[in-house]
Amino acid sequence: MMKTLITLLLGMLVGVALFGLTMLYNPFIADRGISPLSVSSSELVALNYSAVPSDAIIFTNDGDSLQKPFPEKVLQLWEAPIRKTSAMTTVMRDGRSQTAGIGIKFSSLSERTQLLKGHALVDSVWYVYLPKRGSLFLQQSENYWPFLRDVGWPAFRSGANNWKGSWIGDLTTGPGVLGTALVTGGSGSFRGLQMDGVESLSAHAFSADHGPISAEGRILIEMPDTVVELEPAAAVD
Amino acid sequence: MLKTFVVGIVLGIAGAAAGLYLYPVVDQHREVSIVSVAPNGGNVEQFHMNVPMDRIMVGAPGQTRPIPAGMEWPLEKVLEGVRVELFKIRNERDTVIGVAARTSAKDESADVIDWVLHLPARGSVYVNMQAQGRPDGYRQGELRAGSREFAQRRGKMTERWVPNTSTEEDAPAGRIELLTTFVGLQEAI
Repeated sequence: MMKTLITLLLGMLVGVALFGLTMLYNPFIADRGISPLSVSSSELVALNYSAVPSDAIIFTNDGDSLQKPFPEKVLQLWEAPIRKTSAMTTVMRDGRSQTAGIGIKFSSLSERTQLLKGHALVDSVWYVYLPKRGSLFLQQSENYWPFLRDVGWPAFRSGANNWKGSWIGDLTTGPGVLGTALVTGGSGSFRGLQMDGVESLSAHAFSADHGPISAEGRILIEMPDTVVELEPAAAVD
Repeated sequence: MLKTFVVGIVLGIAGAAAGLYLYPVVDQHREVSIVSVAPNGGNVEQFHMNVPMDRIMVGAPGQTRPIPAGMEWPLEKVLEGVRVELFKIRNERDTVIGVAARTSAKDESADVIDWVLHLPARGSVYVNMQAQGRPDGYRQGELRAGSREFAQRRGKMTERWVPNTSTEEDAPAGRIELLTTFVGLQEAI
């Protein structure tokens, strides 16, 4: 009887492991492929930022997560309603790496996360202020599953707990119908504009103990056809 | 024995799949919203931040004592007129329910004062404030955009500074009070 029970338990453990591996290497969970904005004929505005927390002006979360708050003495978000939230203030740079403005990002783990479908979702908003140009508000859902699968898992699996390579992918998956973020202009030349945007991440080094070591984020915003006041991404790259 | 092992594998796969399907991976903590209804005015909700306890960051050029300690505000000339403040935001029961950012800047054409409120279990709100405050101490702003619960809303928000009147030793210096009045937009049928 005991032998049967142990065999059953061992089988269950193998089953759970097999399920995990199937999840990671599931061919039916495909990447999104080409970004909807990459085929846009409209003017595009690119804003870059460092995705490494210690490069930000401040970065904070519950203090127990992989990415540590920066600077060390920043107030942590330990209260229950904000424990799954992070906040970041960072410098936004244009395509020539010149300071274009300030960006604030609030991100919270999404209750719509469904790992069975390959959806590791984060609900996030950006507020971006570009001096002499105006302010923008971007709302989006991000899917970190491809990043976790291609970068996080290999880093966790490696003996040194880190990953080096080149990973580039779009994080934005909605709420726009084409899987884009909704961007609302608030002031200045953006006032009253409704736009689409996509946030992407380019990672080069990642530690399973400390999070991103070398990573750049980019927000691409598609301007309405009638507005061409900002530098187009194609020109600044 | 092999049969038992195979049954175990099947049970393991089925159990893991069922567990992932049924058990919510993310379950945000929710506080009961304290909303009142204004006559012909929409839903009214009040938030506040206790200063200085709820201040996460104050970023501005030329600070001698930056908040938080150790923060380095960028020295670029382009950011000279920009001030960014981050707060924890509380409901009327004085419970922290979200985070907020207030940005003020002197633009070429007009001064900019913007609020972004982020309530993880509910959504986010983006409000443009008027540059000039009212004589009664309030500053009014207009809802520009919202996400999730606030996606189909229009309305207003006021801010005001309420100085502390308590004599308690650990009382805050005061609080920033935000009053939102939002109305649902009619959805197209």
